[in-house]
Amino acid sequence: MKQVVSALLGRPGSQKRAGGSGVGEALSLIGVLLVLVLLLEGLTGRFVSQATFTSIAFQLPELGLLTLAMLIPIISGGLNLAITFSANIAGLVFAWVLQWGGGPAAGPEIFVLGVLAALLTGALIGGSMGLVIAYTGAHPILVSLAMMIFLRGLGEFLTRGGDVSGFPPYVVQLGQGSVLGIPIPLLIFILCVAIWAVVLRRTRLGFSTYMLGSNIEATRYSGVDTRRMVTLIYTLSGVMCAVAGIVMLTRFNSVRIGHGESYLLITVLACFLGRVDPFGGFGRVLPVVIALVILQVIGSGLNLLGTNQHLATALWGGILILVMVLRYVWGELALGSFLRAGRTPAPATKGPNQ
Amino acid sequence: MLKSIGATERWLFVVIALICLYLSIATDTFLTLVNLFDILNYSSVNIIFAAGLLVVLIAGGIDISFAVAASVVQYLVAITLAEWGGGNWAIGISLAILFGAALGSINAALIYHFRIISIVVTIATFNLFFGLLMFFTGGVSIYDLPSWLSRRVILFEYETAIGWAEITLPVLAMVFVVFATWLLLRRLSIGRQLFAMGDNPEGARRLGIRIGAMHYLAYGWLGACAGIAGLMQAHYAREIVPNALYGRELEVLAAVVLGGARLGGGRGTLLGAVLGLVLISITQNGLNLLGVSPYAFRMIVGAVILVAISLSSETIAGLKERLRDRRAGAEAAR
Repeated sequence: MKQVVSALLGRPGSQKRAGGSGVGEALSLIGVLLVLVLLLEGLTGRFVSQATFTSIAFQLPELGLLTLAMLIPIISGGLNLAITFSANIAGLVFAWVLQWGGGPAAGPEIFVLGVLAALLTGALIGGSMGLVIAYTGAHPILVSLAMMIFLRGLGEFLTRGGDVSGFPPYVVQLGQGSVLGIPIPLLIFILCVAIWAVVLRRTRLGFSTYMLGSNIEATRYSGVDTRRMVTLIYTLSGVMCAVAGIVMLTRFNSVRIGHGESYLLITVLACFLGRVDPFGGFGRVLPVVIALVILQVIGSGLNLLGTNQHLATALWGGILILVMVLRYVWGELALGSFLRAGRTPAPATKGPNQ
Repeated sequence: MLKSIGATERWLFVVIALICLYLSIATDTFLTLVNLFDILNYSSVNIIFAAGLLVVLIAGGIDISFAVAASVVQYLVAITLAEWGGGNWAIGISLAILFGAALGSINAALIYHFRIISIVVTIATFNLFFGLLMFFTGGVSIYDLPSWLSRRVILFEYETAIGWAEITLPVLAMVFVVFATWLLLRRLSIGRQLFAMGDNPEGARRLGIRIGAMHYLAYGWLGACAGIAGLMQAHYAREIVPNALYGRELEVLAAVVLGGARLGGGRGTLLGAVLGLVLISITQNGLNLLGVSPYAFRMIVGAVILVAISLSSETIAGLKERLRDRRAGAEAAR
């Protein structure tokens, strides 16, 4: 039990000291998940059912793909606030290609072309953001914020706030169909998780991402082209947004600017619950994925309990605060037991700022 | 005089002047007293927000919950006043400042006592405030405000050929808040301590500056400003709508940073923040007068901010330096 609590609350930086390995961490989060499922089953009496799991399996991928898009910038010490609208715009480009190719009569080659166009759009959006961040030294929060305002305006301007639909019938089959009982969006998500895990753990880019998050100047002095890396990181983030946009389009059979806007907070929440360091430099893919499942389970539970949508929004905010507060308190307690030699705990060096 | 103005502010002056020049030639309504006073009345609320946000940015934090907090304050004030049976401006403004500062203190407490990064706290409180507001009000607006609050207060009026040009109460509130913020940042030692903390928190702590108190001051100040802005917006619109201010935070944040305030703290000027907001207000007004679709507003504003960040004086200075380095390197190689 102690490990379960420490997995959820321990500070990301103190992973080594707490003796938790990657696998142990994941197992502990799974423990939290099981406790939560049992709790919800006890509360509602009908939580553990086929319907719940189907709905989670279909909802998880959108949120999950956006979280992956958020994860890499956070590990590199930044943030990408434009994820949801990047996904919307990429979806919009996909929709246009489908419509240009004949709407409901569009063939598979048009579909592939649309996917490529959407991915390219995502890469362009992310890449331009990365270039601005890398070469002007402007803060990622600011740049992605401006990009978010721009993309939202662009999308609203282009669609006049309405829906774009009229796609071939196989599109919605892709979004709502299953292969061997596994929903296709979930398969796409699992594939993307695997790619992200490999990128972060096994490539030069991944290594540089962690180093950038720890100390960008030291990284530059050790011979890494930090500007190129930052540009690449945001480009990849944009591509992942595009994947999320494609999945959203196939699931809803339409594109609407502003869809998934409320996911922004939850992606940040999932990253921090999955023990990614808010200051950058630390974080793994697998714990974040399990944290995502936990959040999705909470979301479905709230839904089953008949919670008002706005109350749910407030609860997400409350949960985020609670997790961070408990994590701090737990960290201080753990630190206190380590330093019982009569010294007061050292003040946090990074401080509460930025 | 010109020397005391920073590079960012001078640059903003030039851009604003160019836009004004273009608009006065392209439209015959822009350069009228009625329109200019309209811009002033409309942007007053945003400038009050901007003054408060500047204090937080200088102290090294960031806040995106203030606009929603202002909506919460509007409701709290309206409900409290209804409970007390009427009230007046003095009570209304005091309550707004009080509630606003209390909401700001929630952010300060979470950021300081639990060492949570400020953007995360304010994303969370943004959702918390907005969710609870929508839940408890059910999204219902308040139209029957006390008569003192909904009656227009005109401070100055002047009849022109196309109608009355008026300056209303929000402008006075704006002048007052900007002056108070100037006093805090430029004339009081606690204001200088805010700069010190934003620039180097650890250094400021070792100098004996009380970091905790500074956090409460900065976020409380923003909260109080947001409270006043909320009351003024309710006065100006003559109604309280729960999501009327939703989304305003991004516009204001972008404008303040455009005016040279640094995310990360320690730098920023009131003049810059006001100019940043004026630029955005005039752009919006101009687009409106030029007959551009309102759907394009945000897009153009976003693009203006993106370009402005990319071309900020800091970037140009950096590029110059790099060019000089390269030239020096080439000469050394020769």
